[in-house]
Amino acid sequence: MEETTSRSAAVRDGLGVGLAVGLSGIAFGAAAVTAGLSVPQACVLSLLAFTGASQFALTGAVAAGGDLLAATLGALLLGGRNTLYGLRMADLLRVRGARRLLAAHGVIDETTAVTMAQPTPEAARTGFVTTFAGLYAAWNLTTLAGAYGTSFLGDPGVLGLDVVGPVAFLAILWPRLAESAELRWLAAGAAAIALCATPFLPAGVPVLLSAVAVLAVMLR
Amino acid sequence: MTLWWAIAAVCAGCYALKLAGLAAPRRVLDHPGMRRFAELVPVALLAALIAVQTFTAQGGLSFDPARTAGLGAAVVALLLRAPFLVVLASAAVVTALARILLG
Repeated sequence: MEETTSRSAAVRDGLGVGLAVGLSGIAFGAAAVTAGLSVPQACVLSLLAFTGASQFALTGAVAAGGDLLAATLGALLLGGRNTLYGLRMADLLRVRGARRLLAAHGVIDETTAVTMAQPTPEAARTGFVTTFAGLYAAWNLTTLAGAYGTSFLGDPGVLGLDVVGPVAFLAILWPRLAESAELRWLAAGAAAIALCATPFLPAGVPVLLSAVAVLAVMLR
Repeated sequence: MTLWWAIAAVCAGCYALKLAGLAAPRRVLDHPGMRRFAELVPVALLAALIAVQTFTAQGGLSFDPARTAGLGAAVVALLLRAPFLVVLASAAVVTALARILLG
């Protein structure tokens, strides 16, 4: 009974996060086309890269007229955190073979947050699958809609869509910040490092540099 | 390097990075230092992403009152234990309204 309850809670969490965050694909589609990408290029990124921050990092650099090699490296640096998520998730998901090849594509911020928040391993796997499925469908459909609709929509900032990305991350982080003062200090330190480094380093690097705050917490 | 090549490199690289984490050997996973590191890193990176996406533009610091108001609305919604969708919607609505009111 308790297992059923935690699994249906995981389905609710997963679909809620997946669909809500997935809607911000409209902002990505719009940003990509505004940056000079074609509609197919925006859609291929959402289908195959499927990691929002890296996608935004690439289109942001293209829009700013940045060097394509630097833009690519920045996007990959930002994607590096998915490796760390995978290290933690391997324990819970325990997937092998072809299922691992498929599951790997879904290891991103949102699926990790939902998976880790579940009380049991079964609920964790359910949370992963529903978040991945809901987010993948919503993110790709809204990328297409956003890319096509950009010429009609004008500036997506008018609808306040640009705030959806950071707010989704905040909502995901919130329960962990609420329960631990140490994590609040870590989050504040990481944010400060990233902001201080932003004027001096290429896009994408300040966010990775913020991981230095983790070493400070671990060595304390 | 054309844009399509950059896109192909980002797609292939991002997938390889995801797979590398899931496929890492057990002894890496079982090291207590690695476990703690992997637990703390997402908190740091998500906090940094929030800060960068809210308070920077075109590679420099930038204060956008509307976006900041939206983030504030999200904090209030989270303190009131609002559901995820309500948190996102209130932030977007407050940001859009602030843009209209602030011109």
